[in-house]
Amino acid sequence: MLGIRISPFLSAKNTSLFNIVNSINNKYLNIIKYFLIPLLLSPQFLFAEYAINLPKGVTSVSRNIYGLHMTIFWVCVAIAILVFGVMIWSMIFHRKSRGAVASNFHESTAVELVWTLVPLAILIAIAFPATRVLIDLENTEKADMTVKITGYQWKWQYDYMDEGISFFSNLAQSSKDAIDNADNRNKLDHYLKEVDKRLVLPVGKRIRFLMTSNDVIHSWWVRDLGVKQDANPGFINDAWAKIDKPGVYRGQCAELCGKDHGFMPIVVEALPEADYQTWVGKQKAAQKAREAASGKQWSKQDLMAQGQKIYSSTCASCHGVTGQGIPGVFPAMVGSKIATGDLKKHINIVLNGKSGTAMQAFGKQLGDADLAAVITYERNAFGNNTGDVVQPSTIKSAR
Amino acid sequence: MQSRQEYYVPHGSYWPIMGSIGMFSLLGGFASSLHGNTIGTVAMILGFGVIIFMVFGWIGQVIHESEEGDYNLQVDNSFRMGMGWFIFSEVMFFAAFFGALFYARELSVPWLGGAGNNAFTNAVLWPDFKSVWPLLNMPDNSNFSVPKGIIHAWEIPAINTLVLLTSGATLTWAHWALMNKNRNQLIAGLALTIMLGIIFLGLQISEYFEAYQHLNLKLSSGIYGSTFFLLTGFHGLHVTLGTIMLTVILMRAIRGHFNKERHFGFEAVAWYWHFVDVVWLLLFIVVYWL
Amino acid sequence: MSTTTTDLQDEIDALGKSHDNHHHGPEKGVMRWIKTTNHKDIGTLYLWFAFIMLLTGGAMAMVIRAELFQPGLQLVEPQFFNQMTTLHGLIMVFGAIMPAFVGLANWQIPLMIGAKDMALPRMNNWSFWILPFAGAMLLSTLFMKGGGPAFGWTFYAPLSTTFAPDSTDFFIFAIHMLGFSSIMGAINVIATILNMRAPGMKLMDMPLFVWTWLITAFLLIAAMPVLAGAVTMMLTDRNFGTSFFDAAGGGDPVMFQHIFWFFGHPEVYIMILPAFGVVSQIIPTFARKPLFGYSSMVYATASIALLSFVVWAHHMFLTGMPVAGQMYFMYATIMISVPTGVKVFNWVTTMWRGSLSFETPMLWAVAFVILFTIGGFSGLMLGIAPADIQYHDTYFVVAHFHYVLVTGALFSIIAAVFYWLPKWCGRMYNQKLAKIHFWWAVISVNILFFPQHFLGLAGMPRRIPDYSLQFADFNMISSIGGFVFGASFLLLTYIIVDCIRNGERVKEPRVWPSAKGLEWTIPTPAPYHTFDKPPGKELILAESSHTGAH
Ligand code: HEA
Ligand code: HEA
Ligand code: HEC
Ligand code: CUA
Ligand SMILES: [Cu+2]
Repeated sequence: MLGIRISPFLSAKNTSLFNIVNSINNKYLNIIKYFLIPLLLSPQFLFAEYAINLPKGVTSVSRNIYGLHMTIFWVCVAIAILVFGVMIWSMIFHRKSRGAVASNFHESTAVELVWTLVPLAILIAIAFPATRVLIDLENTEKADMTVKITGYQWKWQYDYMDEGISFFSNLAQSSKDAIDNADNRNKLDHYLKEVDKRLVLPVGKRIRFLMTSNDVIHSWWVRDLGVKQDANPGFINDAWAKIDKPGVYRGQCAELCGKDHGFMPIVVEALPEADYQTWVGKQKAAQKAREAASGKQWSKQDLMAQGQKIYSSTCASCHGVTGQGIPGVFPAMVGSKIATGDLKKHINIVLNGKSGTAMQAFGKQLGDADLAAVITYERNAFGNNTGDVVQPSTIKSAR
Repeated sequence: MQSRQEYYVPHGSYWPIMGSIGMFSLLGGFASSLHGNTIGTVAMILGFGVIIFMVFGWIGQVIHESEEGDYNLQVDNSFRMGMGWFIFSEVMFFAAFFGALFYARELSVPWLGGAGNNAFTNAVLWPDFKSVWPLLNMPDNSNFSVPKGIIHAWEIPAINTLVLLTSGATLTWAHWALMNKNRNQLIAGLALTIMLGIIFLGLQISEYFEAYQHLNLKLSSGIYGSTFFLLTGFHGLHVTLGTIMLTVILMRAIRGHFNKERHFGFEAVAWYWHFVDVVWLLLFIVVYWL
Repeated sequence: MSTTTTDLQDEIDALGKSHDNHHHGPEKGVMRWIKTTNHKDIGTLYLWFAFIMLLTGGAMAMVIRAELFQPGLQLVEPQFFNQMTTLHGLIMVFGAIMPAFVGLANWQIPLMIGAKDMALPRMNNWSFWILPFAGAMLLSTLFMKGGGPAFGWTFYAPLSTTFAPDSTDFFIFAIHMLGFSSIMGAINVIATILNMRAPGMKLMDMPLFVWTWLITAFLLIAAMPVLAGAVTMMLTDRNFGTSFFDAAGGGDPVMFQHIFWFFGHPEVYIMILPAFGVVSQIIPTFARKPLFGYSSMVYATASIALLSFVVWAHHMFLTGMPVAGQMYFMYATIMISVPTGVKVFNWVTTMWRGSLSFETPMLWAVAFVILFTIGGFSGLMLGIAPADIQYHDTYFVVAHFHYVLVTGALFSIIAAVFYWLPKWCGRMYNQKLAKIHFWWAVISVNILFFPQHFLGLAGMPRRIPDYSLQFADFNMISSIGGFVFGASFLLLTYIIVDCIRNGERVKEPRVWPSAKGLEWTIPTPAPYHTFDKPPGKELILAESSHTGAH
């Protein structure tokens, strides 16, 4: 009930800090050791490289933002020192217990004018660079290439508008396997920040991103690129980046988009131009191969195996790994009227989705073979033993 | 009637808690009935009944206290402020819907048609969509009832404008009569105003009928239908309420309740009526005319 | 000034006696509380309701912090986590902070302006008694099919319309009820302040708590109906086929955000202006010095309130607003720092060359000034539109608003309770324990929220139940701070209950000898009925905290 989990609390040893604390292993100390962490932390700051600030990033925009961030930060620190300094001074020296006698002044137009105008001046001074950066980062003209990014519950679709390449990018299976398993987690370098298919981009090119969404609002965010932009259903927003350095840059969805909002990572792989072109070539070849697969007849066994794969990567986030769904939000596949009833209806809802609900039109996302496989799987797994076998050709004609 | 010197603080009362229970039952019942729960519908009707009972009981008690002379001018002033600021809150409620209309007309529909920084929105997502207002063809018509036409300003709406403006005048006439202690004229003025209110509502209903039956213009006709019906609908609801309140005032006037100095009840309802009038003028201009 | 101190003392004594001649005391039993029209009873009800809601919302925060204690999913499912986040935000905002301030207003405004009661006492009762029903409706959604609202306290469409469970309609009506209650409460406050002041009291004689509440009430009346409009549009979009927030029908999901934040931004000032008022009462008392810059405080409060209506889209820099819009909202937003700064500087200057002592209320007030300012600074950083690209929807924002809400609004409420509680119940709390509690809370709250700045800058988004390993350490620290801070509320509960039941009796009308204000002229504990006869002009002037009568 209510979505409480039962897996054991305090099972993980995730971090260096954890290891140190965990080396205390005594029944009583176990309880208090977590309270020692703040103390233990101070030397950690000196030795370990803790990310406590924005990265400079790898685009001119992200560097400008970083500069702006540091400027405002120091301005605030300076004002804070002044204000708190005066305050602490009077707290120490103007205490009653020290015999301080209260003066009676309570007004001074001059002073008040000063502390109205000086902050105003500071703000105006900050506004200039801020405006410059803002105008620069909003100017998406003169792009060398365009990538359309579509948010889905809960994955990203990337369309290379000039190349005709299109694919989905999901949370990597390795991370999914680690959500409930601390050992797996500790083996991963990028828990929850790895995908099954990366967005590959060339360095040195001015890339325009077009963001939109298929369902709810998402937000595409990669810090090192200095890009965060909401993906609104029915509208297109744009942003741009020109990446300086090859490398892998990670981010994730930054707008609450439902249950798996926390499991919607973004990985950008920036390659030198030549490597990028090779990658493009490979993608185009692979796309052709996939189209060929829809022609052949499949055995039930193969369909079930492929279906399970597709189900767990594409459907399980809503309908559950074991097909139980979430009552009132996502229907169960176990004993579902549609998945055990009329095949036509089943194919129809998977192909076309159901508008006005979270159920997407998977006809646009999956090939005939994958659709046939996943439908076959749903009709035979979870105790739905209908015995039906769906061939890609059936899907093709149903489209 | 002798009024007290001191500010009147009423003793404990059951009306508020009754109002809360009624509201809970009405709204909770409504929410359940939206999802096909028949007990919900029953709870909703019961709750509505409780609220009606509470409103009449509460206001009845206030009238009684007023007639007993419990209220001094300061109390009267509190009531005035209460009513004034309540009307202001209503203004802000309407402002939200006027804002939505403004946003749709000036921003979202043009954007969907490619205006401003949204060239790609139109080119990539809605290539066939053209921005016009009133919006009869939605970006994607498939889930909406596509209207065949719109309600024109210079037909029923114009008549209704006249009706409401006249009703404002008749109400002022009644007030004037009250100040001049002319009770018959007061009653006539109120009755005329109520009649005009009812005529307005009748015309509004026939207009809705026309929209639904002949024009296929419905709540589900995209943003045009949405803003049209919510704005005019909430206005109509206010006219209905105003008419009911005027009827109560008429009853009280017949019983001889108000006098030259003390007639807050009358004034409160008059303010309300004029507010509803002004909202209509705005509606007429931005919803029907422009 | 013509009257002598003894005359004033006579008047004060007379105030003490006038109450017992012709009034009934309170009724007996529960009916007293259900039927009451007494501002003190209603204030008490509001305060207890707010306290219970604080514990409820706090318990939800504990669930959040426990799940975030370490990476992986341990305690709750993601969908449930989102329900906790959403309800935590909603309950804290609408159930704890706002009702607590209304409770303080009920208790204090009539006492501070020398009024007999609130202007519209029966309506006052209704404003309160809607709340438990609205709260029950909101919480009941947790037990419905599909669970409670899981779309954040900002309930952006279309996650809250097309993609939300059926229980959302109950949520919508709960918001309607809460809004209705707030509007009535605000109308009452305005009518009370404008109509019920003691005859000699001019607006510019009013204590700042009264001023800030007057302005807050205007904000409420202007903002809450807009929220009602927003949820009404949600309701029709969900159930009656309208398309306000659906592009396919010509609407726009971003329009929801505009309407919501047109309410939402004034809302955050609704939660901070009365806090400014509280602090402006407490600091002069314990600095033994009149408040510096009374009139500029009033003007600053009014400017903040006006500005708050024209900055809403700083929550929406990333929604694809045209660049001119972003510029305007950036400039307007950072402008708010100026009047807010004026207030901070005035408080600091009030302390300057005073004769300071640090009783419990003062400790909280000083902590408020420092920590709220820190929250204000991060707010300023968020207001810089291009920088907000990196901050938006991260824990940096979470840190910002907890500094202004917890160490701001909530701290000021605690300060107010410690300041006025002895007046209300005629008993003093255990001051030593209260100071221990202060240090406990103020240290742990910083362990709780300060690292969240780092988390945000390091890239951790908000509203996620699980995170990558690089965020593990700071989350653990924050959670520990959270548990310790949460536990401090057990002590707080004890201190308050202990005070009410067995606290040492206080008889002095002026519980804090250096305090000024009409509320300190009536007997302690405050009698059930006060100010049957309004106080005279001299007394009002002598008790005003800013005319230099100290
Ligand atoms: C009590 C509540 C409260 C208060 C008082 C404030 C105060 C301010 N807030 Fe905050 N804010 C929230 C509650 C509050 N906020 C909440 C709840 C959210 C998140 C909502 C959500 O998404 O869930 C939020 C989010 C939020 C955002 C959106 C962030 C994002 O989502 O990306 C922004 C952006 O501009 C912002 C800005 C500000 C500013 C500029 C102030 C200013 O008023 C601060 C002014 C104060 C000072 C600056 C300090 C004192 C001044 C001086 C000492 C003078 C000298 C200083 C200078 C000249 C620098 N706030
Ligand atoms: C208005 C006031 C307010 C207050 C007072 C608080 C108080 C606290 N908040 Fe709150 N918070 C919000 C307003 C507030 N918050 C809002 C508006 C949001 C945004 C929601 C959204 O994203 O939609 C938010 C979101 C939010 C998040 C981010 C969630 C997310 O993005 O996923 C977190 C995470 O740490 C958090 C933590 C806390 C904690 C630990 C406290 C502590 O201060 C609480 C301390 C109090 C207690 C703990 C009560 C004591 C309880 C008991 C004595 C009972 C039993 C106790 C135990 C079981 C320990 N809050
Ligand atoms: C983002 C969430 C989501 C994902 C991912 C998803 N579904 Fe669904 N699905 C839904 C929702 C919501 C419904 C219920 C629609 C309704 O209200 O009728 C649904 C309904 C269905 C139904 C009808 C069930 C019934 O008994 O009514 C089938 C069959 C189905 N989905 C199959 C799939 C398949 C196959 C996949 C993957 C390829 C998939 N779904 C992925 C959300 C999702
Ligand atoms: Cu997608 Cu959050
Ligand atoms: Cu804001």
